[in-house]
Amino acid sequence: MDHTKKSLASDPTKYGRRNINMKVETNVSPKTDAPDGMLAYKGLGAKDIRSAGVKAVNTDKMTKRMAWVAQVTAVRDERDKAAFAEIFGYFAPRVKSFLMKSGASPDLAEECTQEVMATLWNKAHMFDPVKASVSTWIFTIARNRKIDLLRKQRRPEPEELPWGPEAEPDQADAMGLQQETAKLGEALATLPPEQRKLIEKAYFGELSHSEIAAETGLPLGTIKSRIRLALERLRHKMK
Amino acid sequence: MRKMIDIKHHLTEPLLMGYAAGTLPEAFNLVVATHISMCDSCRAALAEYEAVGGEVLLGNDPVDVAEDALAATLAMIESGADVSAVVKRAPPPSNKGIFPAPLRQYVDGDLDDVKWRKIGGGVSQMILETSKEASVRLLHIPAGTAVPDHGHRGTELTLVLQGAFVDETDRFGAGDVEVANEDLNHTPVAEDGVDCICLAATDAPLKFNSLMPRIAQKFVGI
Repeated sequence: MDHTKKSLASDPTKYGRRNINMKVETNVSPKTDAPDGMLAYKGLGAKDIRSAGVKAVNTDKMTKRMAWVAQVTAVRDERDKAAFAEIFGYFAPRVKSFLMKSGASPDLAEECTQEVMATLWNKAHMFDPVKASVSTWIFTIARNRKIDLLRKQRRPEPEELPWGPEAEPDQADAMGLQQETAKLGEALATLPPEQRKLIEKAYFGELSHSEIAAETGLPLGTIKSRIRLALERLRHKMK
Repeated sequence: MRKMIDIKHHLTEPLLMGYAAGTLPEAFNLVVATHISMCDSCRAALAEYEAVGGEVLLGNDPVDVAEDALAATLAMIESGADVSAVVKRAPPPSNKGIFPAPLRQYVDGDLDDVKWRKIGGGVSQMILETSKEASVRLLHIPAGTAVPDHGHRGTELTLVLQGAFVDETDRFGAGDVEVANEDLNHTPVAEDGVDCICLAATDAPLKFNSLMPRIAQKFVGI
């Protein structure tokens, strides 16, 4: 495909003009003029997201998150390598860290990280900002690659839901979801350190609850109830 | 294909979290993915656990990638190598089908394609191929029949796909999943009417005293 061969440096301003200047505006933009149903499951275009309105709690964090959405959308719709480079720069080092904490050697984690980021490019058409935030989506790609490469297993996935008539993407929905996820991130960051560590171990480590119990010297029942407590606290913070 | 069914028994929090984190054995993942295919509330809960995973990923201290990592990744993309293409598609659902897509993948078909083997007492099974940490099988329990009394050493997940069974704890109908551990000794009995079809996974051998001698269990690993 021709458009994938564009040089990364070919048009650095193009990307900046479209996305870096993205502002969180206070009024909702008019609906796109696409024919009815055409956008039903294509998701939003980068321009739609840029102009969507929201009253964000934390404007900086929301701006960053909506910029990721715009970047992945630009990769999806325009095969934009500069946007891809931005996403890569932020997420690749975090994906690598995740894989190393999951037990991969640095070399394997490096290789696997590059594959995860290539998958992001190849599967960009599956990204839907109404269904998942960019961080969630990249996490699921990294998790699946981890299962495949590190654990050498197949990953059974739930059956896809058929697209209902209500599936038409809505800018406010996309905003709302990114905002919820940002709140979740804040809630996680402000958990007491022991509780946060337990949740991190459950996600990062190849540790079962009983292995966490062995490592921390706490009884299994205690680990389980502490994880439950941490999750309850997370939910409470989300309200 | 999707029917509205009334599900009472759902996946537990540790199972949803483990599936989201990717730390469960493959056999459990299959039961979880199959249940979620039938259950909208667990599907929504899974999305939340995956969102937590995404935030854990973000909060993680970054590790430097190789200097040429971006260039190497772009080269990989341009070479057209699609590492994600290994996923096997589920065969399309048949008219009489009752299996959700993830299960159809493992059976390579639907209920009509299951290769049943009798295991005694009228009960038949088909063991599905997964990684060795846990095992998963389809069970066919004729209506009105009891599964021999058994205990568990580890965790056993039983998902009902058709019919229903009743044990000491409750009734389990289509879509319901029972999570049993060491504490539960039960005798599931299939309800009268339709034969009961279940998907059952365990991470330790069931204690079916009469069916499998202990020594054989050790060597065969079931």
